[in-house]
Amino acid sequence: MDKYECQACGYVYDPEKGDPDNGIPAGTSFEALPDDWTCPMCGVGKDMFEKI
Amino acid sequence: MPKAIEVKDGIYYVGHKDWIVRNFHGYTTSRGSSYNAYLIRDEKNVLVDTVKAPYAEELIENVSRIIDPSKIDFVLSNHTEPDHSGSMPAVMEAMPNATVIATAAGEKGLKKYYGGDDWKFQVVKNGDSMSIGKRSLVFVPTPMVHWPDSLATYVPEEKLIFTMDAFGQHFATSSYYDDEVDYSELMLEAKKYYANIVMHLGNVIKKVLPAVEALDIDMMAPSHGLIWRKHIPDIIARYKAWTECKPSAKVLVIYDSMWHSTEMMAHAIYDGANKTGINVRLIDLKSNDLTDIVTDVLDAGAVIVGSPTLNNGMMPTVSAFLTYMKGLKPTNKIGFAFGSHGWAGGGAKAVNEELVKTGIEIVRDPLTCVFRPEQQVLDECIQLGSGIADRVAAL
Repeated sequence: MDKYECQACGYVYDPEKGDPDNGIPAGTSFEALPDDWTCPMCGVGKDMFEKI
Repeated sequence: MPKAIEVKDGIYYVGHKDWIVRNFHGYTTSRGSSYNAYLIRDEKNVLVDTVKAPYAEELIENVSRIIDPSKIDFVLSNHTEPDHSGSMPAVMEAMPNATVIATAAGEKGLKKYYGGDDWKFQVVKNGDSMSIGKRSLVFVPTPMVHWPDSLATYVPEEKLIFTMDAFGQHFATSSYYDDEVDYSELMLEAKKYYANIVMHLGNVIKKVLPAVEALDIDMMAPSHGLIWRKHIPDIIARYKAWTECKPSAKVLVIYDSMWHSTEMMAHAIYDGANKTGINVRLIDLKSNDLTDIVTDVLDAGAVIVGSPTLNNGMMPTVSAFLTYMKGLKPTNKIGFAFGSHGWAGGGAKAVNEELVKTGIEIVRDPLTCVFRPEQQVLDECIQLGSGIADRVAAL
């Protein structure tokens, strides 16, 4: 599963870790994140992320 | 004693004009700046933002001339950065009945900076609004324009939006409105501000602009510089172009030199590119300011960078420029690296690597020479300059 980087603030979404603070369990691919998920670091939308 | 400036009926400017600042965390503010704060008088009285810490007393005095500070019901913190929040501790002491309005990230940031454990907070999110009497406040969080906490606040009854850092300018003047100052100076300062503060956030800003355009507004009040009332469509159109770093027929030849060889190459590239209709700029990093250079980068078509080899790498002046430019992520530029060296080289190669990381489209391998550029190298420089000029002319 690919990692994605926030183009606004540099946060990296790692699917192996997920985003447990916001109810996203480890093992969730970036594609499987809900559409209204936002960057836990800076708050921008999913469309601001790019695959790294 | 400054008079209270009423920007709308019952809405006052209570900020500070900073005629002194010339270095704003590295940004050369040659025309100074201003920290704009506003007071809305209504059934509920709202202070919109504060000012940099040293000017807290002036802000409170400005408010006091209009209203007893203890009658302030809300302090709206649109942005946590200390140039806007620095006076929060003094303000909250002078306005003990006020509740702080901020985004969740804003509350977190304010508490980190100032403690504020005994402050009352009202956290707002996208789409929230509240009535303050005759008027209402509509909150539009704009994460990363300029920080995660950033918030724009719209007052529909007044056709007014507080845009925070967006549309700002570091520009101290006795005027308050965009139509009261020289248009070119205003637009240059707006461009400089965009390039140095938010160029790297173009993709985020691009998404916010249509929402701003859709609002019924006749006034945009940023947190630095002049208030927009006449040139709103102009500045929005410019922001649209800037979010793309829209290239123009402009070629920048940026370099430093130790014993004039890299400088000779730079001059030859300049000569080649210097054609009718092309704006070529020869920029020696020893005598040019990074703030001005990246302002030029914003709408340049080509960025060509030269460094001699110093201790197997590039010169620190070039490195500082490239580090600054890389962070600002300019898009839609072409360029290449050049430079002289004595033996093993490495300067131009290091420049090339940074240009690649910055996302600049590289038109050729680094152009180098040993000690002095021979005529053949200078001819190549002229040819390259000419070719680049033709490419940007076609943009």
